[in-house]
Amino acid sequence: MHTPPFDITAVRRDFPILQLPIERPVAFLDSASSSQKPEAVIAAQAAFYRTTNANVHRGVYQLSEQATYEFERARGRVAHFINANSAREVIFTRNTTEAINLVAQSWGGSNLHPGDVILLSQMEHHSNIVPWQLLAQRTGASLRAIPIDSAGRLVLDDLDTLLQGVKLVAITHQSNVLGTINPVQYLATKAHAVGALILVDGAQSVPHMPTDVQALGIDFLAFSGHKMLAPTGVGVLWGRKALLDAMPPFLGGGSMIKTVTIEVSTYADVPARFEAGTPMIGEAIALGHAIDYLEAIGMANVAAYEESLGHYLLDQLAEVAGVTVYGPPIGPDRAAMASFTVDCAHPHDVAQVLDSEGVAVRAGHHCTQPLHAALDIPSTARASCYLYNTTQDIDRLVAGLRKVTILFA
Amino acid sequence: MSDMYRDLILEHHRYPHNYGTLDPYDVSQEEHNPLCGDRIRLDLRIADGKIAAVAFSGKGCAVSQAAASMLTDELIGMELDAARAYSKDDVLELIGLPLDKNPVRLKCALLSLKAMKVGLYRYLGQQLDTDELD
Repeated sequence: MHTPPFDITAVRRDFPILQLPIERPVAFLDSASSSQKPEAVIAAQAAFYRTTNANVHRGVYQLSEQATYEFERARGRVAHFINANSAREVIFTRNTTEAINLVAQSWGGSNLHPGDVILLSQMEHHSNIVPWQLLAQRTGASLRAIPIDSAGRLVLDDLDTLLQGVKLVAITHQSNVLGTINPVQYLATKAHAVGALILVDGAQSVPHMPTDVQALGIDFLAFSGHKMLAPTGVGVLWGRKALLDAMPPFLGGGSMIKTVTIEVSTYADVPARFEAGTPMIGEAIALGHAIDYLEAIGMANVAAYEESLGHYLLDQLAEVAGVTVYGPPIGPDRAAMASFTVDCAHPHDVAQVLDSEGVAVRAGHHCTQPLHAALDIPSTARASCYLYNTTQDIDRLVAGLRKVTILFA
Repeated sequence: MSDMYRDLILEHHRYPHNYGTLDPYDVSQEEHNPLCGDRIRLDLRIADGKIAAVAFSGKGCAVSQAAASMLTDELIGMELDAARAYSKDDVLELIGLPLDKNPVRLKCALLSLKAMKVGLYRYLGQQLDTDELD
């Protein structure tokens, strides 16, 4: 374990929940599900409601102007964070799921026809499967999945064949179960070579590594604020401006229009066209502050620290008899998380016993039933790290697992 | 250690009673828990308005397996009316776990009850309001 490239003690102090309960603080190893929030983010959201609260893009009074300024500043912070060309390419959604549904219904509904294919992978989250199934049922398009190998990596040997007839590749950047980091840049090149677009589910990658949408060469990126230190209720769809400009509205309502008569409406330019109704103003502003927090540490530093944590996690789990870990070995394409099974105990029981030891992990299928079917297991327990975790958290996980094996032996 | 894993629960989990399938059966019902992918199949043989034989199979956590084991013990010889009226609270009392504030594990504990009631209601030609099991 190398020395962290930032002051980990100071970082942990920034997260109020990590100090609770005082007598035995939680070893929180479920950030892949939802991250904890630093005081700066909590305070920014509270400060908005205390000092700035008003609707955006409506009032000509000072509070509304200030709220609009803060909301649009957050949009700019997001654009900078992922190296978008322009803040106009950033659409606020509720979460990753809504961002993917937006593309499926708007772009997909007007661009897919019978016989067209949407190419996914076996390791997708349900949020990157079901919206495409709904779209396929509506348009006559069909779904195809890139298989995975026994190490949990995409099998790309037959990619050229898999890409035949494909109009859209929809793929996760980082698996929420296996921790596999997929070669998105390569997939983008291959997709574009056959005239297809590529949407990337960045829910697990954007919080943990530097993201450059231009360098990746992708067309759409979806991610959630709540997995990257921000509140729930705010997510992002980034899309290339030319694509967004040509897309019809997703939801109808206020804010997304230019003119409305009883018979017909004209629609606002992007991003407003895709943001019907009063948005999640305080949450989006808080997301901007979460990005400030992450950028102050530096995403390259976050990634480097997590790589060493991941190393430690996999090494320690390998020492516990009866534990099977899924996904690739530690390396550049493996994130700091581990989904695992324990020979003698069901994942629910594993998680329950760990909870009684103050260790928080998730158990279940993690919204990836097709992946668990491919692995031929009903469910797993999952420990996932973020920048505030330490080797002590992992030590407590391992000690808890030893108790599991004793109790259920 | 967690109260969840008292000796009785662990004992039923390790050595479940009435584990297997019935052939022939009058009722066979499979239920699954979409939260974790667990499945339980429950078979009943019915004679003279009573449950004459019962068996369960499937995989699940210690709570779901132990609850199924204890429930099947209770069901043998039970009048159909009593089985039809068997409730969530009856199961919680039977297994002795306070799961009222643990909705995720509550579903584990009630999986076998759900299989029994869905299957029995269908056998009786009646409609079950599954809300009562949530």
